Amino acid sequence: MNTAPRTVLATENVTRILQETVPVTLVQDINFSADAAEFVSITGPSGSGKSSLLYLLGLLDGPTAGRVIVDGQDTGVLDADALARFRLEHLGFVFQFHFLLPEFSILENVMIPMKRLGQFKETDIKSRAMQLLANLKIDDQHSKMPDQLSGGQRQRVAIARALGNEPTIILADEPTGNLDTKNSDIVKDIFVRLAKEQGTTIIAVTHDLDFAQAADRNVHLVDGCIARDGR
Amino acid sequence: MILWVNIQIALAHLTHRKRQTIVSVLGVALGVGFFIATSAMMQGSEQDLVSKLVDSQPHVTIKDEFRTPSIQPLFRVFTEGAVALKGEKPRERLRGIKNFKARVAEIEIATGYVASPVLSGQAIIRYGGKDQSISVLGVDPQKEMQLTTIEDDMTQGSLEALETTSDGLVIGTGLSTRLQLQLGDLASVVAPTGRVMRMKVVGIFRAGNALLDEGRVYMLLKDVQVLMGKPNIADQIRVRVPDPNDALHVAADLEERWGYRSESWQEANEDFLSLLFMRNVILYTIVGAIMVVASFGIFNIISTVVMEKRRDIAILMSIGFRAYDIRQIFLLQGVVLGLIGMFFGWATGFLLVEALGSVKFELEGFYEEEGLPLDRGFYQYLIGAGFAVTASVIAAWIPAYRASQVRPVEIIRGAA
Repeated sequence: MNTAPRTVLATENVTRILQETVPVTLVQDINFSADAAEFVSITGPSGSGKSSLLYLLGLLDGPTAGRVIVDGQDTGVLDADALARFRLEHLGFVFQFHFLLPEFSILENVMIPMKRLGQFKETDIKSRAMQLLANLKIDDQHSKMPDQLSGGQRQRVAIARALGNEPTIILADEPTGNLDTKNSDIVKDIFVRLAKEQGTTIIAVTHDLDFAQAADRNVHLVDGCIARDGR
Repeated sequence: MILWVNIQIALAHLTHRKRQTIVSVLGVALGVGFFIATSAMMQGSEQDLVSKLVDSQPHVTIKDEFRTPSIQPLFRVFTEGAVALKGEKPRERLRGIKNFKARVAEIEIATGYVASPVLSGQAIIRYGGKDQSISVLGVDPQKEMQLTTIEDDMTQGSLEALETTSDGLVIGTGLSTRLQLQLGDLASVVAPTGRVMRMKVVGIFRAGNALLDEGRVYMLLKDVQVLMGKPNIADQIRVRVPDPNDALHVAADLEERWGYRSESWQEANEDFLSLLFMRNVILYTIVGAIMVVASFGIFNIISTVVMEKRRDIAILMSIGFRAYDIRQIFLLQGVVLGLIGMFFGWATGFLLVEALGSVKFELEGFYEEEGLPLDRGFYQYLIGAGFAVTASVIAAWIPAYRASQVRPVEIIRGAA
């Protein structure tokens, strides 16, 4: 077994400037990298560019300058469709709000990314989705609709959905921002376990100090620049 | 390629707003249904009118005249001279188609069409002290019966009786009531030449056309020749073609061959046919307007869904759905609404046509039979479907395109 850490995500001098009437610099000259199975938390005051950085890492936004390299692939050369495909195969998102589709049951919500990827058979997708829900201890809720679940349960469903296509990296934006302490602890434990047991890289933007400390590493942003990066 | 998951999402959006879905489906369905019903009536009456027209008239009429006047002999000699000709008087001569018997035989043998020589003229019929001007048609009764539907229009007597009665006369119902002229009565017919013939009414017809019913009189060809003082002359050859649509080129061929002006039924009824064309233009304009209104319904529902689903669109995009997928999801909704509307429209149209078909009423004039003439052709259903699906796709395209332009970062950032 190769135990040497492998870099799965890296940025080279990434800058993102929003071209408004007055240009706004969201992040500047960021050099960041994350290894496989690493749990990184990103903290910083409001407006420090945490979320902007996460969207850049998640390929939802493109940098004004610099490069974002995911799994060895320079993503700057990919077009919009290729980026979508890349997100589908390699990345999973968890947001502060669960963003479950209200028309679909819990089970169907978890199945949607796998259906879109289309690499498994319908029956396999279903059993895999049930397995993911079971791992997060919400399989008993699978036939309910999203609005019948509590906030913590919904966030776990959102995590299950993000894990469907076995992503290399999970990107989380304030995943516990809307949860009480008990549910925050559950989500935190899930992330720790995912990194340890599945080897998934977790990058989470958070305000929650307790949550940040559970991570292997913390990156602190101030005014769009990395102020501190350490364990 | 259409992904199954996109279809599922599209259907979920529609089934979760049932009321609006039903309203927009109804819009399309009514549009398609009314199109099918109006089109059945319009096409039905058009076919009815045209078939009546075609059956009651010869398909091609060769006349004893020319489309362009013949060139004067002087101009033939001095083709390029500066010659002016004034005060020319046409020679008075008997008009008519030369050698008509041979020509009739030639048409019948060469093509197998029914051809009949006819001599027409103006005369006055006098009975009980009343005079009425009439247009006389000298025919061969056997052939006239094959050429037109006159035999079906006979209310009393028959056209064939012309052959068995000497100096027989067949008149219309209008003339019969005007002059109180009954079957078996003797009336005087006065020709412009001054010749008077005592003739016996052997048949009365009702063509459903006031002009014919009051003014048209059938006689034997040879009686008219005697009456008009034109022995052995016919001024028309009337031809019936098996397929009425061939009449145009048959007429052109005959005219080219003999030079006589040959009119097809289409040419003779140009005004009427262009009126029918205008009717169709009006029909399709109205249907187009209905479908535009229906497509606003679709545009409305899909625009609303797109506005409300911006967060869902953003999350789908972050998961890895392409802009193409998003566009597909909303276009599919338009297509589904259009298709369901189309099916309900077919059902509505079918029921409306059946309902119209069961309506019975008496119409005076051109329509003799009870009930509306309806065309139950399948192509109307196809045209209706084409309208519905096209309108739906166009209506869905705009919001679908807007949906695919959603930038997930803006939505997610805004929600946070």
